[in-house]
Amino acid sequence: MTDGEIKVITPDSLLNETMKLHEEGWRLVQICARALKDGEGNEITYSFGDELILGNLRLTVKPDEPLNSISHIYPTAYFYENEMHDLFGIDVQMMTVDFGGHFYKIGAETPFKK
Amino acid sequence: MATRSIVPFGPQHPVLPEPIHLDLVIEDEKVVEAIPSIGFVHRGLESLVSKREFTEYAYIAERICGICSFMHGASYCDAVERIMGVELPDRAKYLRTIWAELSRIHSHLLWLGLLADAFGFESLFMHSWRIREKILDMLEESTGGRCIFSVNTIGGVLKDIDDDMMKGFLTELDKVESDVRAMTATFLSDATVINRLRGVGVLTKEQAHEFGATGPFMRASGIERDMRQLGYYAYKDLDIEPIVSNEGDSYARCEVRIKEIFQSIDLIRQAAEKVPAGEIAVPIKGNPDGEAFVRVEQPRGEAFYYVKADGTKFIDRFRVRTPTFANIPAMLEVLKGCDYADVPIMVLTIDPCISCTER
Repeated sequence: MTDGEIKVITPDSLLNETMKLHEEGWRLVQICARALKDGEGNEITYSFGDELILGNLRLTVKPDEPLNSISHIYPTAYFYENEMHDLFGIDVQMMTVDFGGHFYKIGAETPFKK
Repeated sequence: MATRSIVPFGPQHPVLPEPIHLDLVIEDEKVVEAIPSIGFVHRGLESLVSKREFTEYAYIAERICGICSFMHGASYCDAVERIMGVELPDRAKYLRTIWAELSRIHSHLLWLGLLADAFGFESLFMHSWRIREKILDMLEESTGGRCIFSVNTIGGVLKDIDDDMMKGFLTELDKVESDVRAMTATFLSDATVINRLRGVGVLTKEQAHEFGATGPFMRASGIERDMRQLGYYAYKDLDIEPIVSNEGDSYARCEVRIKEIFQSIDLIRQAAEKVPAGEIAVPIKGNPDGEAFVRVEQPRGEAFYYVKADGTKFIDRFRVRTPTFANIPAMLEVLKGCDYADVPIMVLTIDPCISCTER
């Protein structure tokens, strides 16, 4: 990927694309969810770094559509995935560490969900 | 087989200035596993972006943290400026650089004081914070605030540093450099300090990469990466080389941060020499429409910002991935197998900022 590139993928290809980047030596920088309007689901951007270069994978998940965890490829991903679950209500499956909705101790349930 | 016990650590603990909780699974005196809990002071500041106009939010972004506040505000502004295609005046870029480096010095001195306090070296703690006061005085003189400055705006900065003030700062920084150099001898050579830090909490280079560590925590494990090399603000005009150590232990983290104080002083001197005259802000027109990623090197490491705007006066999504959020998984890995008595020091050596993490 070139610096700043956003590669649009489907949820089905997430694991393959992530595995490729991991094999090429990219590190996971962050995972960001963004709630789309009118119940269209969430847009998720996975950012990876290769030294100073930043590359991104982007996909859209429909409401209540399960999403595969990448935490068995990138061990730190469970942090971001639990955050997405608690704040946006995204159903991330097969996380290596699943806090079961108790990662953040917040009063409101899925406060960032639209 | 030894009996396993779970010992709660935090959220209130003498070495933790901010709340994080760890369930430490202990076998005899060894930590087998550490399970984190955060969210005690989650404020939802990312969500607030949809309820405040994008120009007002620069003020809120600075309040994500009480230590690296300036860089949060500047990075938010930077992201919006990139979306709007605003070219900052050169003087504003230099001023942001100078304030960012002053913030780094005061953050590292704060951490050094907390570290000294954690291993019971009270006079060293007081010296660190005494020196830090000089930096806070400079920040107060130039911005009006000691920790939270509110000098960033979309399109530039709100305050200037005139030539006389800059000369005074350089004189004061000479004294700070001399004081830190004197203190460095104790931090890096005193037997009691070395006994508490050397070989404690080793993070290998491979672990640092695999577990996504960042900042001094990562550079102390031999990875040469510093986001200032991207050349944002005025860094593209300054000579900067990442400060690196290869030991990966708590001592190396201390060493890296001390050297980064000298590096920051040098960068301020370089910037003061090159800062051009001119405007400090440009007017902006319209509302942002688009998205931008911004990465900066905060005192604790790489911070990542994402802004998505939809052409209205409210930002659609603002995301901050703070350095501490990235460093916690690596810290948990380092805790495995360590002595229970070393846990406070090891947690402290990542320089955790839970305020940022709980944005």
